[in-house]
Amino acid sequence: MDDWLIAIIKVVGIWVWVLLIAVVMTWVERRGAGLIQDRPGPNRAGPWGLFQPLADGIKLFTKEEIIPTKAQKFLYIIGPALFSLPAFSAYAVVPFGDKIILGGKEIILQVSDVNIGFLYILAIGSMAVYGVILGGWGSTNKYSILGGLRSTAQMVSYEVPLGLALLAVVFVYGTFSLRDISLAQQGTFLGFLPNWGIFKQPLGFILFIVAAYAEANRVPFDLPEAESEIVSGYHTEYGSMRLGLYLFGEYVNLVTISGTIVALYFGSWHLPYIDLGAYLGPISWGIVSFCIFFLKVAFFLWLFVWVRWTLPRFRYDQVMGLGWRGLIPLALFNIFITALFIQLTV
Amino acid sequence: MNQNPTPQTGHGTGDYVTVNIGPSHPAMHGTLRVIALTDGESLIKAEPEIGYLHRGVEKLGESLSYHQFIPITDRLNYCSAIPNNVSYEMAVEKLMGLEVPEKAQLIRVIMMELARIADHQVCVGILGVDLGAFTPFFYLIIQREEIYEIFEWFNGARLTNTFGRIGGVDADLPDDFEDRWNELKPNVRKANEETEKLLTHNRIWMDRTIGVSAFSAEDALNWGFTGPCLRACGVKRDLRKDEPYCMYDKFDFEVPVGKNGDVFDRYIVRMIEMEQSIKIIDQAYKLYKEMPADAPLMARVPKVIKPPAGEVYSALESPNGELGFFVKSDGSANPYRIRIRPPCYMIYQAFPELVKGELIADLVACLSSLNVIAGELDR
Repeated sequence: MDDWLIAIIKVVGIWVWVLLIAVVMTWVERRGAGLIQDRPGPNRAGPWGLFQPLADGIKLFTKEEIIPTKAQKFLYIIGPALFSLPAFSAYAVVPFGDKIILGGKEIILQVSDVNIGFLYILAIGSMAVYGVILGGWGSTNKYSILGGLRSTAQMVSYEVPLGLALLAVVFVYGTFSLRDISLAQQGTFLGFLPNWGIFKQPLGFILFIVAAYAEANRVPFDLPEAESEIVSGYHTEYGSMRLGLYLFGEYVNLVTISGTIVALYFGSWHLPYIDLGAYLGPISWGIVSFCIFFLKVAFFLWLFVWVRWTLPRFRYDQVMGLGWRGLIPLALFNIFITALFIQLTV
Repeated sequence: MNQNPTPQTGHGTGDYVTVNIGPSHPAMHGTLRVIALTDGESLIKAEPEIGYLHRGVEKLGESLSYHQFIPITDRLNYCSAIPNNVSYEMAVEKLMGLEVPEKAQLIRVIMMELARIADHQVCVGILGVDLGAFTPFFYLIIQREEIYEIFEWFNGARLTNTFGRIGGVDADLPDDFEDRWNELKPNVRKANEETEKLLTHNRIWMDRTIGVSAFSAEDALNWGFTGPCLRACGVKRDLRKDEPYCMYDKFDFEVPVGKNGDVFDRYIVRMIEMEQSIKIIDQAYKLYKEMPADAPLMARVPKVIKPPAGEVYSALESPNGELGFFVKSDGSANPYRIRIRPPCYMIYQAFPELVKGELIADLVACLSSLNVIAGELDR
């Protein structure tokens, strides 16, 4: 019974938490844009405009839901659902802290420590593309279809380097479980470098982050919704909360991606050179590890905002060229080097 | 709309899709419309359709007096109204044989060059936005607002300035122009510098602009290009140098030229021109200060302007290129005919040629780099 209760609390808790981060992210995005662009950004609703996401949410929920006459109703309706559902479920295997001991019971801070954590993220994450395709197709709008097509080509292409970069991580740590990888990143190697993924897989990290930006449809890979070219891409015909689900799903995706990056390459809840877990009690360490983890996540979320307001957008053929001619050969090279290194040293 | 909007693939199969871009579209500045025949992402044909902002400006002129037409010219290139005003005034002055006082000419130069900076800032900023780089737009637009502050404080209007009168200017530069300008100048330079830092050597920016919609000098001349778009093709043609007006022959400035006539060259030419404009304003203001304080601002102009019967064409180098006014008078108080030669009209004709074989994303980049202003195009 206890296990059930704990599981439910963890599921609901992390769901609400990720949702909260995504909500705050919509605010951070716009205030961050303002900061970068020498303007205030939204500052009317509440202190520093903090209630802006709330106002947006109320607006989206209360708006009339219009289905275009020529839209294919079923596809049009399930599109946003198919997009946001994987976004919410993907976080299940990403840890959010070390562990906490309550009443003599050890609780790991992760919804589910699946031994195929990676594959789950890849599988669930790639399902989001269906939401984009079906939404774009179901809208019966040329811009939407162009957006859907772009998105399909891009997400499918970048899935390959993403998977290959992850494969090299598996080589290094010998496990698919994100918790085990996190645990393995404690301490140092070569005497001075923290035992983090980025130092063991520098090339892999760059490949992963580039592919992840493409997977999340963020600048410079935001072609599926390139505003100046195809209006709003796949969600041109969407309004009210259906549009909200698309926009919101994107931010939830960002949280998952940032969490994955931190867990794989940035030492999860570990700080470099110091093992706080040894000094703190079981409960306080649980809380501190949670905070460390999400501070790192916050940095990567900010990086998404930062990049978005700095770089121009790629062109369709350049995105494809970068994916197939740049990232995939590099990812294969990375795997080869990693394998060779392991073979020679172990 | 086509019932089956599925973009087909396969080159040369004839299964193309017509995508209607505009007149209401985020990238179609104002009300331009392009009917694009596409093969997946690539363009087979792009046909511009114009006239969505046609207001009969030329016809309006026939029922207005000469002075009443000046506010109408504001609505041509609304990004930089002052060169429009001055170009029209110069045409009427030429028709009447008026000699504009030097001080008035210098004020015109200062204001026109400020307008040129403002226009180029908008053009470069929008080009960035259309290529997905939002931030430079804000850096530039903040400085443009400051330039508009100067306009506003000069004669009360920000966008539609209705600057000057036939025969000179109505007001002198206010006393604190120097302070304002000295405050503004470094900020404009800084904004340009930051824009260049964000864009010029950015790999993505270079990939998106270099070689895109390139045009040869010969083609450009044949299509009637003028202004930055022509200079980007490598033709050193600038009316300020070649047919000086408003004392432009007294200023020391360079005319930047590009090489390939692509989007990147148009961008660079505009960036350099802004710097040159700053230099011109400095020199013009220096000359202006040497003038006596009570020097006349207006030539002797009758209250009701009735130019002698005849016709005249006069042009100046507007931010977009050669902006000419043809004015025909029958000796009455209203012009018999006014014909405007906007630079955009000639440039936009070549649009199908410019984007042939490019991708949809290039169409947008090309359009912004040409700086086609609907008000000027449709008139």
